[in-house]
Amino acid sequence: MTGTWLLLRTFLRRDRWQFLWWSLGGALLYWSQAYSVDGLYTTQAEFDRAAATMEGNLAFIAMIGPARALNTIGGQVTWQATAFGAIVAGLMSMFLVGRHTRAEEESGRDELVRAQAVGRLAPMTAALLNALVANVVFGALVAISLVAYPLAAADSISLGIGVTVCGWLFTGTALVAAQMTVSTRGMYGLAGAFIGVAYALRAVGDVGTPFLSWLSPIGWYQAMHAFSGLRWWPVLLLLAGALVAVATAYAVFGRRDFASGVLADRPGPERAGPALRGSLGLAWRLQRGSVVGWTAGLLLGGLMFGSFGDDISDVVGDSELSRSMFLQGMQDLVDGFYAASIVMLALVAAGFAISSALRPRTEENEGRIESLLATAVPRRDWLLGHVAVTVAGTLAVLVATGVGLGVGYALVAGDSGALDRFLLPVLPYAAPVLVLSGFARLLVGAAPRWASLAWLPLVLASVVMLFGDLLKLPQWLQDLSPFEHLALVPAEPFRWAPFLTLAALALVLSLAGQVAFSRRDLH
Amino acid sequence: MRRVGSVTGVAHPIEIRGLVKTFGKLRALDGLDLTARSGEIHGFLGPNGAGKSTTIRVLLGLLRKDAGEVRLLGGDPWHDAAELHRRLAYVPGDVNLWPTLTGGEAIDLIGRLRGGLDERRRAELVERFELDPTKKGRSYSKGNRQKVALVAALASDVELLLLDEPTSGLDPIMETVFESYVDDFRDRGGTVLLSSHILAEVERLCDRVSIIRSGQCVETGTLAELRHLTRTSISADLAAPPDALRSLPGVHDLQIDGNRARFEVEPSGLDAALDTLQAVGVLSLTSQPPTLEDLFLRHYGARLEPHDHTGVPDRDAPRDRTGS
Repeated sequence: MTGTWLLLRTFLRRDRWQFLWWSLGGALLYWSQAYSVDGLYTTQAEFDRAAATMEGNLAFIAMIGPARALNTIGGQVTWQATAFGAIVAGLMSMFLVGRHTRAEEESGRDELVRAQAVGRLAPMTAALLNALVANVVFGALVAISLVAYPLAAADSISLGIGVTVCGWLFTGTALVAAQMTVSTRGMYGLAGAFIGVAYALRAVGDVGTPFLSWLSPIGWYQAMHAFSGLRWWPVLLLLAGALVAVATAYAVFGRRDFASGVLADRPGPERAGPALRGSLGLAWRLQRGSVVGWTAGLLLGGLMFGSFGDDISDVVGDSELSRSMFLQGMQDLVDGFYAASIVMLALVAAGFAISSALRPRTEENEGRIESLLATAVPRRDWLLGHVAVTVAGTLAVLVATGVGLGVGYALVAGDSGALDRFLLPVLPYAAPVLVLSGFARLLVGAAPRWASLAWLPLVLASVVMLFGDLLKLPQWLQDLSPFEHLALVPAEPFRWAPFLTLAALALVLSLAGQVAFSRRDLH
Repeated sequence: MRRVGSVTGVAHPIEIRGLVKTFGKLRALDGLDLTARSGEIHGFLGPNGAGKSTTIRVLLGLLRKDAGEVRLLGGDPWHDAAELHRRLAYVPGDVNLWPTLTGGEAIDLIGRLRGGLDERRRAELVERFELDPTKKGRSYSKGNRQKVALVAALASDVELLLLDEPTSGLDPIMETVFESYVDDFRDRGGTVLLSSHILAEVERLCDRVSIIRSGQCVETGTLAELRHLTRTSISADLAAPPDALRSLPGVHDLQIDGNRARFEVEPSGLDAALDTLQAVGVLSLTSQPPTLEDLFLRHYGARLEPHDHTGVPDRDAPRDRTGS
């Protein structure tokens, strides 16, 4: 164990900002639930009504957890934040563990460290302690923010301790995953899958098969029943799970060679398949994982919003904040809510479109286009291959959003025409989404060093959409967001002019990026 | 196997005159001249940062020249890039593969994008280089990534090979395999531009050599021509002290120790020096032929590592790794 303390100090120092951002994000997740629930409902009667609606909504229960004491602020915080809080703590633990174990081993830096006067177990132990400390910070900030809100102290602290110990358990499973795979990517896949399964088990369990929730660490955390008859013993389950996982990781580590994993890296195909030809084939191969992931994510997002059904008025409440955020100033509750949801989901879809437009820059940065452009592929075609994937992927993501909304709504409200009603209004948002993507492409072409600024317009558009009226932002600033110009269907009738203008703007930006790219030096 | 050099009949597949390329204030290429003749292996020598990779990137149409004249296979490397690339193959010094594609997939992809591979030679190369084509790009070592690029390049039917320090990650056995294929390619009529700072490799393979320094070509010619610029070192046991050597022009670093003499001599003074030794009476004599390394020492005044297998490939262009 020689060197553990020294390594731990280095890790803590290197990760201090990560600790802070993850923990602040986690605490905000809990605290903001209290804050928003407080602001949403003006009277207890209104709150009771909303709680009754929510309790009956199985989609919500599957998504976030068992409904308990929903007409109290604490109950709402527990309900809304625990599942996602545990996931955030799990992801933080996974990345912190991976970064100091498998990633170091894969890159060969670990070899350098191990050649020094460092014990065999020291790097792994330091990585473990580092992640345990991170989870303590995480839980402490959660507890402090809730006690300070102020909510009942014991229950607030139980939410903090619960998320800390749940994070410890996910630290242990991440450490096991780090022994299994050879690549860091594979390790994140495995550790992430464990968190995903834990979430899914409790989702199915909470809806009607309770014993499944008892198989999930997230279920154990929620079984503490904070703010609705707090009990502490489920913490022991989490602690035991964490111990078993860590012990397993150490046992496996003792039996494996340096740089190896229990699961061998699967060999891939010896020859390229027929689809891997041309710049389009390559661009698709490189981006297909991301297209599939975003499409699935937005399908889920659409389902979530769609499953509110017609019970919007109770959930949204009467406050000015929620009215301006959720209805964008519309009068008709249901249509206004869905029009606003579509804008929100389209903003998320823009995340895909921008990252996809930046992909060619990554390829250039990583030095992978030299060999390609030394072949008979003109650089114009190479870029166009990626553009085709971006545009087709954007459409796929938006269609998935619309299908999710329609299906979710139809399931809850029993309205078979819902698909038409929600799918069509989503599609025109391809125009503003592609405007942001075209801007990213222009940066890649004309100012590659500044390519990461491509995210700025999305930040602006999100702020304008969520808080524009509330913050009384000047109109010219709000008009800068391309999302502000489309008609809010289904609350308003569709208008062609703004759609066509935005589509043309997207085309111009994209072409300008293309021209600039074909004229500049590549490195 | 078809002879490739005669297909287009370009006498000089690479012709560069007065090439200038600047990056901001840095003048990476400062009036560079370089000519590779059809059917030769042309060594392109220079220390790190001399401008070798920048020159090759201009030839590939990745960088745009600021001034000068560049002809590649009779065409313009910037405007006719894709057309010209069908007729050449390139191996970068720092091969980066797609992390999720296997080596075999990467070879096929690059081959297809160029317009086809010689299947028989592809299989042979994979075997000779002992490459496992089923591993993912992220799990290859530097040497194996280089092998992937070499297989993709050497299995193609092209007229010109542009090789940028292609063996910096290979072990000596694989270097021999590489050299035999490059020799073979030249024998079929192909032209090679081989950038390197491994002098032994250049001496073994190259017909002609250009040496660049700070973006300019300082020497060019056949190895025989360049050796005229170098000195032969001689040590001899003699019948009597050879004091007459002291006054001879072209003799350097003379050490006389009794009847024993060690010195270096320029090609122009060699004849006179040997006459002088003979006049005294030679008992034994060893002479060391001049090497390119001597030439380097005189041009750069500092020793280059002649067998630097781990060397960092030169990155004379400032690579921008900021941004996303």
